[in-house]
Parts: sequence; C-alpha cells; structure tokens
Amino acid sequence: MKQYLISMYQPAGAATPDPEFLAGVMRDVAAIGRELREAGCWVFGNGLHAPETATVLRAEGDDVLVTDGPFAEGKEYLGGVTIITAPDLDAALDWGRRYALATTLPIEVRPFQGGA
Amino acid sequence: MTGPADVERVFRAEYGRAVAVLVRLLGDIDLAEEAVQDAFATAVDRWAADGPPPSPAGWIITTARNRAIDRLRREASRADRHAQAARLYALDPPTEEGPVRDDRLRLIFTCCHPALGPAARVALTLRLLGGLSTAEIARAFLVPEPTMAQRLVRAKAKIRDAGIPYRVPREADLPDRLRAVLAVLYLIFNEGHTASAGQRLTRADLCAEAIRLGRLVVDECSGSWRGAGPAGPERSPLLPDEPEAVGLLALMLLTEARRDARTGPDGALVLLGAQDRRRWDRGLIAEGQALVRRCLRWDRPGPYQIQAAINAVHADAASVAETDWGQILALYDQLMVHAPGPVVALNRAVALAEVAGPAAALAEVDRLDLAGYHVRHAVRADLLRRLDRRAEAVAAYDAAIARTANAAERAFLRRSRDLLACPGS
Repeated sequence: MKQYLISMYQPAGAATPDPEFLAGVMRDVAAIGRELREAGCWVFGNGLHAPETATVLRAEGDDVLVTDGPFAEGKEYLGGVTIITAPDLDAALDWGRRYALATTLPIEVRPFQGGA
Repeated sequence: MTGPADVERVFRAEYGRAVAVLVRLLGDIDLAEEAVQDAFATAVDRWAADGPPPSPAGWIITTARNRAIDRLRREASRADRHAQAARLYALDPPTEEGPVRDDRLRLIFTCCHPALGPAARVALTLRLLGGLSTAEIARAFLVPEPTMAQRLVRAKAKIRDAGIPYRVPREADLPDRLRAVLAVLYLIFNEGHTASAGQRLTRADLCAEAIRLGRLVVDECSGSWRGAGPAGPERSPLLPDEPEAVGLLALMLLTEARRDARTGPDGALVLLGAQDRRRWDRGLIAEGQALVRRCLRWDRPGPYQIQAAINAVHADAASVAETDWGQILALYDQLMVHAPGPVVALNRAVALAEVAGPAAALAEVDRLDLAGYHVRHAVRADLLRRLDRRAEAVAAYDAAIARTANAAERAFLRRSRDLLACPGS
C-alpha cells in the first residue's frame, strides 16, 4: 500500500460561501472521511486555519528568523489535507474525485515516498 | 539464412509484447526494457549461428525473463531485489513464457494514463509499445534528444512513484480511458500524416506505427473480452467504445491509402480533388471500408467512425465529380452533433461548397473563429478564387502561407497564389 496526500486548494480573497452551502460541504466531506475509515484507508485529515495564522521560520546562519504570514502568497492557498492509503494511483484518484465533487475545489493528489 | 534483418523484423513486431509481459512479471518498466533489449542483443548472435527459434517471440520473452533473474540475483545484496528475484523464480513458468493476451492492452492503458501529460503519453506509447528509440521519437517530434529522454524519464518516474497501475481499467472508467488511448494513437497518426513542421510532408513511420497500434487495440479489445460474446464480424461490441476503436483504425487505413497520391513527383502536396486515384492503395481501402461497414452494423456512431465513413465515401468515387457530396455533407452534419467544433465546421463548409456553391460555403467559413489556422485561410482562398474575387484570394493565400511551417504545404500554397496572380504563367 502507498500513502497519498490529498490537498484541497482554496481561492485567496474569495467571499465566504453561503453558510448553508458550507454546511452541505462539511457534511459531505465528513461522510467521505467516515467511508475512508470504514475502508481502512484513513490516516489523517483536517482543515487548516486561514493562511494569515501561519508563521514562517528561516535559517539565517546559526539563527532562525521568525516571520508572520504564509510562506508564499498565491492566488490559492492550502485549505486542508487528508492522508490516505491506497493500492495505486487510480484508487487514490477515486477518493480525490469524491473530494473535488464535494468541495467544488481543486484537489491535488500526491504520493508519499516509500510504500509499494 | 538468418541475419540482423530477421531480428529487426521480430523486434518491430514483438518488442511491445515482450516489454508488456516483462513489466507484468517484474513490476518495473526500466528493468523490463533492459531485459528485453538484452534478449534482442543476444538474439543477433545466437540466431545468426543457430537459426531463428520456432517461436521467436516466446524465445525473446523467456530469454528476457532469465536475463532479468540473473541481473536481480547479481544485485541481490539489496533486499528488495532479492524479493523480486524470488518472486520471478516462484512463477516457474514452462520453458517458454507465453504472452498473455491482454498484457499489451494493460501497458497501453498505463502509457496513456490521464495523470500523464499528453506529450508524455505519446512518447511512452511509441517507446514501450512501438519499440522506437528515444532518438527516433525525438526526431519525429522535432525536439532535441535530451529533451525527449528527460520527458521519458520523468513519465516513467511518475508511473513508479505515483503508483499508476498496470492493468486494464475497470468497466466504469473504460470509456474515458479508451478514448484517451485512441486520442494518443490519432495524435501519432496525424503527426505522421502531416508533419507540423519540416521538409517531408509525411513521416510514414509514425503512420505505420499508429496503424499497427490501432490494430493491436482492436485485436486486444475483441480478444480480451472473448468470454462476453461470440467473436466474428456480427457480434456486438464488447467494450463500450470498441466501435470507436474500430472507427479510428478504419479512418487511419483510409487516410493512409491516399498517402502516395498526396505528393507529386517533386514532393509537393496534391489535394484530394487533384489526386491520381489509381495511386490509392486498394487493399487498405477495402480493409477500411469493411471496418466502416462493421461499425454501421453496430449503429453506435462516434466521431472516428463518422470521419472514417466520410473517407469511405471519398474512396468509393472514381473521380471528384462522381463523389456523393450530399452524403458527405450529411455525415459532416452528424459529426457536428457528435464533435462540434470550428475545424469540423470548416471541413463541412468544403463539402457545402460542392453541394450549395462557393458563396454559401464562404459565408460559413467567414463565421468561423479560426484566424490562426492556416487551412481556414487556404479554404477561403480557394472559395474566393472560385467566386473570381482574385485580389482577396491572393491575400487569403498569403495569410495561409504565413501560418504553416510545413515546407510542402507552403510550396503548394505559393504555387496556387502565383497561378492566381499571373494566370497563364
């Protein structure tokens, strides 16, 4: 089994979606999580706080510089991650497809090193 | 007498099959390729001395498998290699490893996986199933060899690291996945048919390769699902998109049948209307038309089948004048339903000109948003010429010339323009 990272990307600066819509998304995402657990494929997953809550550390010689804010400002930011196990990419993409439909957000599926 | 020519012939015919079997046995594309290449290198010496074996393909596969075991044993200090060798050993096949029918189909689905970029899909398919060298693929697509080598290395690394599976997709995914395979074959064929740049009008090798792979997909489609129904021309399609696979093969055969007639003695382009139809390959036409008839019986039309039918109508006519343009226009109308798009609409306009006259066709062409496409300007130029609007026609030819890099096409367009600018010369 291999492990895959499923990342959800959110558009930066977009208006907060309608609460009813959001509740529907949360319900669907929770349901996929339950199915992943039942299938024994769940490793970890959660949504992230907004990118403004991030803190960045950079090595400067022997020192480490601490700065506020996200590492890279972009049009999209990482909104949440799920880590799953799957026998191959097709199986991982099936779960990714479910998240894409549930959230209507772009989803990235990426393999972890190791595993076969 | 056996010589390198025999090995070369077997290589062209069996390389893909051997790699496909070895990928299944080894679970590793690079190892499979190395083993198969080793086996062919051995064949060059061995067959020259002893004559070719009764089953060259089986010999290659068995030799490649043994080479792979040797190599894995030598490298067995690494635990995973040891496990791989043990697994190969445990298989303990009969003296000759027979090809499993759907191995090549699995491999082509892996090569054409949607998680790979289109350029990588084409390169992998030609490399692993066609046995073309990296240098040959690079030449065919006019990119430097290191670029193509890197493209192949990256694609193979993604297959390995991302875990792109080596199997025929499950039924729910098959229509999409087979469509992706057919698109790759059509891309290879089209690149061979009208090279997008360069001196030679056709790169016959790519066309031949696309047709060979098209036959392979059609054969494997009808073979792998044999359990689902009777074989033979009257059976129902076994794969949901099998009629389209057959349609694509027919389209390629009917197009290829005109290859010799498409170029004059000086290598210049000759359009369909001006071609010497005695130079069309009747054997390829007969095969293509039989496939079109098979598709018609299935009655599950799709874009490739309709394009094949259009070409079958052309092939039926002894001359341009005798062409059933009404039927061709009706087929283009059908194609616009299945695959609407400006390029299809442009081709439809060419048929419309024969049915309703150049003025009606010109009105259609002028509505199309295809300013960057040289064929649109060439078609416009021809329609304007037929309407005796010479100055506009010359300008349209110039616009077409400026938009193609194919030397033969440019020469043809220049000649047409010059003929118009100074008739009688």
